[in-house]
Amino acid sequence: MKGRWARFRRWFQGIPVASWLLGGLAAATVERLVGLVVAYTLGLSGIPSFFGLSLILANPAQIPAVLVYLLVMYALPVYLVARATAAWTARLVTRMSTRTYVFVHVVLLFLVVYFWGELDSYRLLVLRLLAISIILTTSLNLVNGWMGEFSVAVAGFMSVGAYVSSIVMVWGFVDDDVFGPAVFPPTLASLAFPFALGLGGMAAAITALAVAIPSFRTRGDYLAIITLAYVFIVKSAVENMEFIGGPRGFMNQPNVAGFPVVFIWTALALWVIYNYTSSTLGKATSAVRDNESAAEAMTVDTRKVKVVAFLTHAFWSGVAGGLYAHVIGYINPSSFGIVKSAEVLAMLYLGGLSSITGSVLGAVLFQMLSEILRPLQLAKWLVIPVVLIVVMIFRPRGLLGFREMRFPFLQPRPTEEVGYAPASD
Amino acid sequence: MSIQQIFNGLQWGSFYALIALGYSMVYSILMLFNFAHGDVFMVGAYIGLFVATAVLGIAASGLLPLPPAVTFVLVLVLTMFLTSFVGMAVERVAYRPLRDAPRASAAITGLMVGIFLETGNLALLGASRRTFPPLIETVTYTLGPITVTNIKILTIVLALLLMLALNLFIQKTKTGMAMRAMSVDYAAVPLMGVPMDRVIVLTFALGSALAGAAGVLFSMTYPVLEPYMGLLIGWKAFVAAILGGRGSILGAVLGGFILGFIEILVAALFVSTLRDLIAYSIVLLILTFRPYGLFGEEYSARLRI
Repeated sequence: MKGRWARFRRWFQGIPVASWLLGGLAAATVERLVGLVVAYTLGLSGIPSFFGLSLILANPAQIPAVLVYLLVMYALPVYLVARATAAWTARLVTRMSTRTYVFVHVVLLFLVVYFWGELDSYRLLVLRLLAISIILTTSLNLVNGWMGEFSVAVAGFMSVGAYVSSIVMVWGFVDDDVFGPAVFPPTLASLAFPFALGLGGMAAAITALAVAIPSFRTRGDYLAIITLAYVFIVKSAVENMEFIGGPRGFMNQPNVAGFPVVFIWTALALWVIYNYTSSTLGKATSAVRDNESAAEAMTVDTRKVKVVAFLTHAFWSGVAGGLYAHVIGYINPSSFGIVKSAEVLAMLYLGGLSSITGSVLGAVLFQMLSEILRPLQLAKWLVIPVVLIVVMIFRPRGLLGFREMRFPFLQPRPTEEVGYAPASD
Repeated sequence: MSIQQIFNGLQWGSFYALIALGYSMVYSILMLFNFAHGDVFMVGAYIGLFVATAVLGIAASGLLPLPPAVTFVLVLVLTMFLTSFVGMAVERVAYRPLRDAPRASAAITGLMVGIFLETGNLALLGASRRTFPPLIETVTYTLGPITVTNIKILTIVLALLLMLALNLFIQKTKTGMAMRAMSVDYAAVPLMGVPMDRVIVLTFALGSALAGAAGVLFSMTYPVLEPYMGLLIGWKAFVAAILGGRGSILGAVLGGFILGFIEILVAALFVSTLRDLIAYSIVLLILTFRPYGLFGEEYSARLRI
């Protein structure tokens, strides 16, 4: 058995990640050129949105067609191009500094996902929502994972961020019944969007301060309750603000959150949170989780460390909320209820605590699961809980709890020269 | 604030308190929030609906003509008995396999079981709302400016009786003593030869039976049932349990009544749409000054994470 695995592994040995991404780019191009033709030839109704899994669930007779499509469209081009470019990229990659290495990979990843997603507006929408879930999960991980508390406030922060950034954008760039005509020329909307998002995040962080100040005097489950009350309060407060629509919701957000924008924000969030957790402050946060008294004895200002981590979480959740509002183009108080928090918590604990790759994996798996199972309609919400319970029983710490995913056999080992491992994400 | 409002506050307080007891009992021995408990309440209400329909059907067919009082007691007892099995099943599926896992993972399985119960109900019974049959004829007593229905009084009295019974059980019986012992030192109790699993299962069963009773009493006043009815009331009862003090029985009861009163008061004094906003701000304020709740003690030393 081991020998067979080794042979299987040898196929992938030494092909750097960059080559796989180039392969993905090739596959996306092929699909763009001949995807529709191939799909029709195979008797499919169109290009399968998410690897045809929902097609299979809807009609199992399509399994062979879908498999052939996947093989021709994705597996072959990806593998062939990856194999062909392996030697060339390996040489290139080993010469890069870590910074360039990461930058090149992020750009390649963006191109692959964008090229693949742009073919289908539904794909693009799901990808954007997925990116937002990644921000939410990773930022929640900061508090529930690295800090070791249990916060459920993520929906409340999202709500604040979504409303504040929507108000700024609608007031500034849209002719609206409530906020009057646009103050600035609407063409500038995209330029101002980052500021609106930042304001939303900041507003969320300021409201978080009200929670943080009383919360961190005590340890334990106190934060869970306070944040729960916070979600109720935010929801009720928004419902009572008539000028932003109250329970009817708020719309008219300008269409500024395209996939590139959302992708950049997600990359930025991951970068900031990755750096945060590997900084002194992040290490101090983990120290507080593991033993607060010991951390205090080591001169860690535990109170400050906790507040900073919590506010960072609030800020990024607020940003994610702002992105969500502009992707969907409509928000109402009930979209940010406790159920939303529960969803993000499920993603987080599925992926695993204190792990950035874990958060990404958890968000991707959960979101994909809920897209793929869509044909099951109601039964989807019977399957997802069962899947999560089973995962939790067999991997109580989540899929990647307290460790990062690495693919050593994909790397052409640039690490020895540089001295430390490049970020794998 | 009129006496009328006092009755309303007591009634809602009874609902919250009965459900909050389930949260508190589980928390006191396992240090775990049973997030599926709100949905156990929902299932309890539905079990009550089916039991009531069956019992009323039998009574109407003339086989066993029962007076309404007996019907009601029968429905209540049967529902409590059947709902306790729901709680035991939840414990078996979601909590026992994860007893040594991080507590947050158990919280997630609890949430998932809750979603499963809601969706399962929706899938089995369809989206149409069900109406709870009237078990007892509603009588309205008028005493000067106050009008009170007999159902309201029944709810309050029964809730208090059940809480008293629970307290007796916990204080006077051997199993109750085991529960108290586990809440003091979880690790030492099995060493004394106490069957830990049995005590834990019983705790879940008792809490769920109380939630079932709350389900019947709730549906007698608000007879329209829907699968998501347990969501909000469950979270609120959870807040009530915390407000009273985690793991404290008396705290859960008083927390429930206090939350009920705060909500009714806010709705009476201000606009009712501001109810949640003000009520939870007050809760937040109380917890700021008493972080362990009104009757809770500091446990931090023996927190099992």
